[in-house]
Parts: sequence; structure tokens; C-alpha cells
Amino acid sequence: MGEQPRPGRNVGRRSRSGYGDSTDDLAILLPQPSAALEGRAQPCRSEITDAPPALSAMDDRAAAVRRLIGRQPSGPGSISGLLERVCRAATAALSASGAGISVMTDDGTRGVSAASDPDSARMEDLQFVLGEGPCVEAFTSRRPVLVPDLADDRPTRWPFYSPAAQRDGLRAVFAFPLQIGGARLGVLDVFRTRSGALTDDELGDALTFADVTVAALLDRQERAGRGGTIDDLSLAVEHRAELFQAQGMVMVQLGLSLGAALARMRAYAYAENRSLDEVARDVVARQLHFEREAP
Amino acid sequence: MTTVSADRLAAILVEVADTLVDEFDLVDFLHMLTDRAADLVGAAAVGLMLTDHRGRLEFMAGSNETVKLVELFQLQANEGPCLEAFQTARPVINVNLGAAADRWPRFAPHATAAGFQSVHAFPLRLRSQVIGALNVFGTTRGGDFDGMDVPIMQSLADIAAIGLLQERAVRRGEMLTEQLQGALNSRVVIEQAKGAVAQARGVTVEEAFAVIRGYARRHNRKLTDVAHALVTNPVVLAEVIMA
Repeated sequence: MGEQPRPGRNVGRRSRSGYGDSTDDLAILLPQPSAALEGRAQPCRSEITDAPPALSAMDDRAAAVRRLIGRQPSGPGSISGLLERVCRAATAALSASGAGISVMTDDGTRGVSAASDPDSARMEDLQFVLGEGPCVEAFTSRRPVLVPDLADDRPTRWPFYSPAAQRDGLRAVFAFPLQIGGARLGVLDVFRTRSGALTDDELGDALTFADVTVAALLDRQERAGRGGTIDDLSLAVEHRAELFQAQGMVMVQLGLSLGAALARMRAYAYAENRSLDEVARDVVARQLHFEREAP
Repeated sequence: MTTVSADRLAAILVEVADTLVDEFDLVDFLHMLTDRAADLVGAAAVGLMLTDHRGRLEFMAGSNETVKLVELFQLQANEGPCLEAFQTARPVINVNLGAAADRWPRFAPHATAAGFQSVHAFPLRLRSQVIGALNVFGTTRGGDFDGMDVPIMQSLADIAAIGLLQERAVRRGEMLTEQLQGALNSRVVIEQAKGAVAQARGVTVEEAFAVIRGYARRHNRKLTDVAHALVTNPVVLAEVIMA
């Protein structure tokens, strides 16, 4: 073990792909490496406040993803309309040929789905028709399934899906479960007609798209039928032990599924104009209790 | 100079090797490792953080998981010895927390308030990548731990990294990413499970963790599996809290 390992990436490198008019947001999506790390002077982003750099970078990433989604032409105000916009934004941001999202129940039953374009919709359907593929595997194994080259993968891994997908021109698939711990909502699939791995930045961005989609789905649950833009659904994605513990507690308090508990907590935080962190703290301190609704 | 007992180190390595078989539970393994590491070098606490691939470090396991300590790790998502070790791929050694307020303006005061006086951090290295960091806290003011041996702690960090690979032969770099993301999600499930049991049984989240662990052990099931089952199936939750 004599080689010097590559330093951990807290911030990413600028992608080499070109982008259209969303360069500002995409520039934020690709945070600058720190000067010390890279040995080069980098411009400061003066709009960052006194928050520590890594946190700002991540919040900026989520905010940039939301803006990219918001900029997509809006179609139907339905869930699938929203998901379609996410797919199109992800396709652009990740240099993909397309993307698909399938909402699924915990037992793997497929519900609403959407895609960036008809070809990708077909690709998205294929895995469910065949009952196998990266999407299905990502959902059941609760982790991403990243396939940079379908042709190079074990032929027995998806014996039906792999050849069928390749016949249709697909070369790479990256599947990301839409989940928060035990609450599984579905999968986001990113498709490419060329082989090659996601860059570190693209990986971070794809995971952020998944995070934002999860939040949007949870909020949509609570506000079903009330419409609203993606900007309304913009409670930050939080990652604190207390929050997850509170989710478990609220699940039991409400006697509902974990996903429903998550949605209810977010709706409460939004309605009360409090952060999820604050709500979680109160729940864990047993100062806030969610009541079951009367039957 | 080291006073790390060769016997105790050997015992840890045997325990690790024994655990790295097919059906081991990652979070349990990392907890065991941090616990033995703390014991080995006389540290007050040892904890482990992993990259989330979005630009943060997330807490994965610790020798003790009191709320205070976990908070101390969560602060290190953005600043602190773990982040430094992760970003530079080099160990951070013997830092006197009382004098570190400039270096880590949020982390250092919290750490001293929690009663710690010194800190070390070791990068978790796997092949050519750094995937996280191992953090060691001491209550010895500003210097070496008694019996502290840097290469040994680095080795334990490297062992922790190896434990993340649940298959012997990892051909693809993608697999590591998948493993890490899976591990981070498992951690979330465990926190959710702690909350559920705490609520259902009227105990603290720390006590809830012990209940879940005990159930997993008695039924010879993986900690993560039990946690996932009890947050998705009320019947399992009822079983776990009744035990």
C-alpha cells in the first residue's frame, strides 16, 4: 500500500461538457475546488455567506437543481408533469440521452412514471416489463446501480434486459433509488447512448436530483391537487440523525407508513414556517407530538 | 514509543477477519471496530465518517453513540479534523482542542465543551481513493495519547475501509460508490428505527438502539435488516419492542 491515495473530494472539478443557457446554475452545480487542494487560484463566489464552504456548496447544488427543474417548460400540473420536468433537467445536467422516473410502492409495484422523451419512456418501461434491470435492482438493494457500459457487464446479470436495451441503442444506465432510509418512493434512471462512467461531479449532481425528487414527491403527497411550482416545494434536504429519529417517532405516533410520516412532518414545517431541524428537535425532545387523525 | 499491546491488536485483527465473511452487517462491523480501536489506544471516543458523494462527510459509527458525540461528528461534515484528513488524505495528529478555535471555529469549542482535549483523524483509504475518516478523541491535554501508535490507527482505518467491500473481488469503481451509498442509507434506516422503538416503547433513542441490537443478536439477524423490517412492518416493530 505504498501509493499516495487521491485526496477526498469535498468539492468537484469543472465538467468538460458544454451547456446551454443554464451555465450560471450549472457553474454552481460544479463548485470550485479549494485553492489549497488544487494548487491553483480559484475565484471566490461572493454570494456565499459565512456558512462553511462544503455546506454552501451542497445547498447551492440542491438550489441549482431546483432552478434547473423550474426552468423546464411546465406541462400538466400533475405529478407526472413535475417528474417529466425533473427528467428533462437531469438529462441536460448529466449529459445524458434521457432519464426516467418511476414511483414505486415498497413491494415494488410501479405507480406513476415519467421520462424526458418517448425513447426514454420506452427504456424506463422495459425494466418493468422484463422484471429486471438496474432500476429494479437499485430499488430492491436500496443503493445506486451504476453501469457505465452495458456491453462490458456480466452477461448473466440481466440476461433479458441487457441485450434488449443495447439493441435499442442504450450503452450506459445509472439508477438511483429515491429513498430516505426505510422510506422508498421509486427510482431515477439516467440513460446514455455512449459508454462511460459518471464523473464525480455528475454523480454528486445525480444524487442531488434524487434528493430533490424525493422531497418533491413527499411534498406532493401532502399537497395533492393543490398544484404549486417546484419552488414551493423547497424545504432543504436535511441530513441529521435527530431528523431521522424524529421520522421514526412520528411514524409510530401517526400509525402510518414512514413515507407518510415524512410527508406530514414536511407539511407541518412548511405550514409553521419552521425548519425541519427545529421540528425534529422538538419531536425528539418530546415537546411536539403528531396526533392521529380521527377516523 | 508504543505501548499498544500486541496481543490485543492481534485479537482485534482476528475478530475483524472473522467478521468479514458473507453475512456480516456493516454498521455493526464499523461499530465494533471503533469500539475496539478506542479500547486499544485508551481513547475517550472513536468515530467514523464516510463521504456521501455530494460533498459532505456523514457519521457512520462510533465507539459510543451518545447524542453529544454524534452531534460532534455531524459538525465535522463541514469543518474539523475528519474533513481535513479526508481532503488532504493525510492523518491529523495530536491537535490540542483548547488551542484549535482558529482552525475549527465551530467544531473545537463544541469538542472541548463535550470534555475532549485532543483529537486525531485518519483518512480511510481504499485503493486510490479516500472515502472517509476515522476520528479519535482523547482527554489527555495537548499531546500523544498514552500508547498511541499512528501506523496502527491508520491500519485500523484501512481495515474499516476494507470492511466496506462486501465482496472479495471488487472489479468496478462503481461498486464502491454503490456500497457507500448503501451504507449511508442503512445508517439512516437505523436512526429511523431508533426513533420508532423509542416512541413505541417510551425509551430514549440510545436505549432503543440497545433494544434493536439485542433483538438482532438473539435472532441471529443483521442489525440493518432488523432496522429496515421494523420501520416498514408494524408487526416486526411490535415483536422487537416486546422482547
